[in-house]
Amino acid sequence: MKKSESYDELIKGIWRDNPVFVQVLGMCPMLAVTNSAINAVAMGMATFFVLVGSSFLVSSFRDWIPKQVRISCFIIIIATFVTVADYTLLAIVPKVHKELGAFIPLIVANCMILGRQEAFSSRYPVRLAVMDAIGMAGGFLLALFSLGAIREILGDGALFGVSLFGENFEPWVIMILPPGGFLTLGVILLFFNWFKLKKDEFLADVAEAERGG
Amino acid sequence: MTAGAHTATPGPSSLRLVLTLAIAGLISGIAIIGIYESTLPTITANKARELREAVFKVLPGVSQMQQLVYRDGELVVSEELGKDEQAVYGGYDGEGTFVGYAIPGAGPGFQDTIGLLYGYAPERRLVLGMEVLESRETPGLGDKIYKDAEWVGSFSALSIEPAIVAVKKGSKASPNEIDAITGATISSKAVVRIINETHSDWSERLPRAGSEPPLTTSEPAGNGERP
Repeated sequence: MKKSESYDELIKGIWRDNPVFVQVLGMCPMLAVTNSAINAVAMGMATFFVLVGSSFLVSSFRDWIPKQVRISCFIIIIATFVTVADYTLLAIVPKVHKELGAFIPLIVANCMILGRQEAFSSRYPVRLAVMDAIGMAGGFLLALFSLGAIREILGDGALFGVSLFGENFEPWVIMILPPGGFLTLGVILLFFNWFKLKKDEFLADVAEAERGG
Repeated sequence: MTAGAHTATPGPSSLRLVLTLAIAGLISGIAIIGIYESTLPTITANKARELREAVFKVLPGVSQMQQLVYRDGELVVSEELGKDEQAVYGGYDGEGTFVGYAIPGAGPGFQDTIGLLYGYAPERRLVLGMEVLESRETPGLGDKIYKDAEWVGSFSALSIEPAIVAVKKGSKASPNEIDAITGATISSKAVVRIINETHSDWSERLPRAGSEPPLTTSEPAGNGERP
């Protein structure tokens, strides 16, 4: 019972309640830094670190933090993790840090992170909170990566900087410009909604067939 | 659950609220100082290495460099850079013979400031190489000023007097002309303009060809390559 519960918290963020494709949160980094796969992955990893770290701390201290100052405390915790991520990226991968620029400090303002603290970590035990954070951050990372990969392949003919199609490929430049982000995201959201619709129809059909039988 | 317990009893005292925030802030501050102090050496080393690599790239054949600061009307060898002082980098080959200057310049591009470094050989009055250090030009279009190898390569042995002129692709006729990039005309013209402006700033200040400051071997050759 316990095991399946935490597994459910993990899986819901990746697919059913995916923060980007289903909850439509964190749109700012989603559209801004996904012009290449490596940027998207770096952003996803930084967000992963911040979300899991702050969920762990918020959940551990949830009984000590008075509710009147909880939002301020959450922000302090999140901002600390963001600063750590910022300096670490600057030291390890200065090139990627340069490309991401102001969007790393802006992780503080990612509503997905504060949202998870307020809605989940501050109410549930540490194990579930960490599972939930890993799921949500994993879903976010996956979403960023798929958008970044699609845009880089179409807009640059490459993936992680490795050219895929050779010389004759004419890059579809608009895909790595801001409009390309909106187009790609729109198409993916369309797919997710279509999939959900089909699934509901299917479930309704099954239920009807069972009643009939 | 916690929220329910709080609404039933009177709220915590102000002192507790203040203390909670103060402790959180204190711990956060210590953590930030810790990460800053522990990453600072790597970050400084990265920056120094990046500059070194850029200098070696824009001055072919160079294997040693030193910072030259323009101070009181002349170029002096100095590690320190004052607040209003400007510096260039002298490049020397393996025997310590002067090859050329690497001169940093910056100016407005299409979207934001473009910062670059170019190599200049004073006795031949030639630009030997160009490297964009920072820019936020449009991905896929303007960023060709550093991604297009052909364009970056065309800055070798480019005559700078009279000033460099960016011309339509394929119509380069004289040694001071350079082909602008199709689809990145504004960015490539900006690069040319920055080099021209920086050159006119510096050409008066640089010493007569042949009397460049000699290499002071404050650091042994090959130092700077980290294991």
